[in-house]
Amino acid sequence: MKIKKISVLVLTLSLALSALAGCSSEPTETTSGDDRPAEVEILNVSYDPTRELYVAFNEAFAKYWKETTGQEVVVTQSHAGSGKQANAVIEGNEADVVTLALEGDVDAIRKAGLINDGWVDRLPLKSSPYTSTIVFLVRKGNPKNIKDWDDIVKSGVEVITPSPKTSGGAKWNFLAAWAFAQNLYNGDDAKITQFVKDLYANVTVLDSGARGSTTTFVENKQGDVLLAWENEAFLSQKEHPGEYEIVTPSISILAQPSVSVVDTNADKHGTREVSEAYLQYLYTEEAQRIEGTWFYRPSNETILKEFSDIFDLNVKLVNIDDDFGGWDAANTKFFVDGAVFDQIYKQ
Amino acid sequence: MKRQIKANITKILLISTCVIFVGVMLVVPLASVIVYSLREGWQVLAKTVMDQYTIKALQLTLYAAAIAVVFNTVFGLFSSWAITKFRFKGKNFLSTLIDIPFAISPVIAGLIFILIFGRIGWAYDFFNSHDIKVVFAVPGIVLATIFVTFPFVSRELIPLMHAQGTDEEEAAALMGAKGLSVYRRVTLPHIKWGLLYGVILCTARALGEFGAVSVVSGKLRGKTNTLPLHVEQLFQEFHLTASFAAASILVVIAIIILILKNIVEYKGKKEDELHVR
Repeated sequence: MKIKKISVLVLTLSLALSALAGCSSEPTETTSGDDRPAEVEILNVSYDPTRELYVAFNEAFAKYWKETTGQEVVVTQSHAGSGKQANAVIEGNEADVVTLALEGDVDAIRKAGLINDGWVDRLPLKSSPYTSTIVFLVRKGNPKNIKDWDDIVKSGVEVITPSPKTSGGAKWNFLAAWAFAQNLYNGDDAKITQFVKDLYANVTVLDSGARGSTTTFVENKQGDVLLAWENEAFLSQKEHPGEYEIVTPSISILAQPSVSVVDTNADKHGTREVSEAYLQYLYTEEAQRIEGTWFYRPSNETILKEFSDIFDLNVKLVNIDDDFGGWDAANTKFFVDGAVFDQIYKQ
Repeated sequence: MKRQIKANITKILLISTCVIFVGVMLVVPLASVIVYSLREGWQVLAKTVMDQYTIKALQLTLYAAAIAVVFNTVFGLFSSWAITKFRFKGKNFLSTLIDIPFAISPVIAGLIFILIFGRIGWAYDFFNSHDIKVVFAVPGIVLATIFVTFPFVSRELIPLMHAQGTDEEEAAALMGAKGLSVYRRVTLPHIKWGLLYGVILCTARALGEFGAVSVVSGKLRGKTNTLPLHVEQLFQEFHLTASFAAASILVVIAIIILILKNIVEYKGKKEDELHVR
């Protein structure tokens, strides 16, 4: 009887292991020419707040792709803080495309050798099909009377924002605050630094991703103001009607999320054709409307105007290239270890 | 008389503290998971449970747990046998090593696997050339689960087998029994219930693992999302009720495991009493 038991055990073990082996060796797809396989899979590694957008977009793209090529496409999604996701791709998460929160994160993947040089010019508008900006989300009635950046550095105001070390959105938050202070103090670096330091002294919860911060503010009811992606703020408002208000500050930043094919992986999987089509489809009118519906600002001016009743198109937006000298300069000055953010957050 | 009253007060104090503590820390939170998951009615609960991503997550969780339990049971039997019934150099060291997963945070365990099997890890080229993905794929999740549940079976068996000593085995050997049949006829019957108990604990831990798995998963929806990861993901997507509904699957499994555990304990005790008689 015991021998029987042991043999059952051995059998289970070998079955389990063979199943494991079966799982790990995925069939390789070839998409050359006309002999496309019936189904193709691609992995889109994205950042936190785009979950809902890409659920809707993937559906539209799958339909389009089926109509033009007859091929079924299954897009697997993965979402977390943008910087964290870039790291995961570098460490071996085999994304065919990345749709991250900022150019710097995609560029980190290029530096690791997975994306070819010059990716940023492969698609229109610096490879950012939709943009967003940073706004404030406050509780109903705006009890702390928050109108602009200088209201949130006041003592007693509790601020929720993620860490710029791991979150792309948080870097935009930081830069938007910096831009406001730069304007206020006419470029006096000491005063600007103090302003931003005061701001981060008011931060009570520093999550690792934008969505984490949103749930902290919206579901766990922490803090007085959430520095949020505009799309994330609108989405929270939609999920909880009547509980929150959006405040657009006088100065904010043009946040340009970047998308790219991850060349090494797409070539390895034989998915280059569908991956490129996937990203190009983000610029079509249909996709631009989906983006607008999920509260991202469409890059197509005509379609953006269709959404002018939602977005405040009058806010003054600075941008990363003209006002901060690009992401390399901004990262070096503010976000690398020991740079401005570390100095103000440590002390 | 006075002493009697004092003892009674101590008893009441101790019991009520325990009951309050268990109630506040365990029962209320667990019950609230179930209550919350039913907040929007049975339909939302049923929809979440039947959702394809929830089912896939549950499948993956059970799959990883099953492999981890089989692996760790075999290992637990071998290691406890070696450590308690034989004498060799480095025995204590080996027994300490087995406990490493208890001491290390699961997140670090996950990072270790990334550092070994990730694209920048030293084992990556080998596996990549054979077209095998380890981390950000199912094998990594299985590995991480095995790692965190590694000591459960052997930790259950070693004290038990220590207490029994080697007398009976020696007697059997003197009577001419061979190594394996000594183990099968003498050792195994003694540890049967302890083994089952260890297996159950191991299963429970494997099903609930979050930290290590979260690091190696890559969170590919429908592919490398285990049920605990799926719960967090639903929560982050503002699907609060759905998230608690998915969590309630885990709670139900946990309750079943607890009942099994009690049955095993009860049976084991009964058999012990028989032996004593």
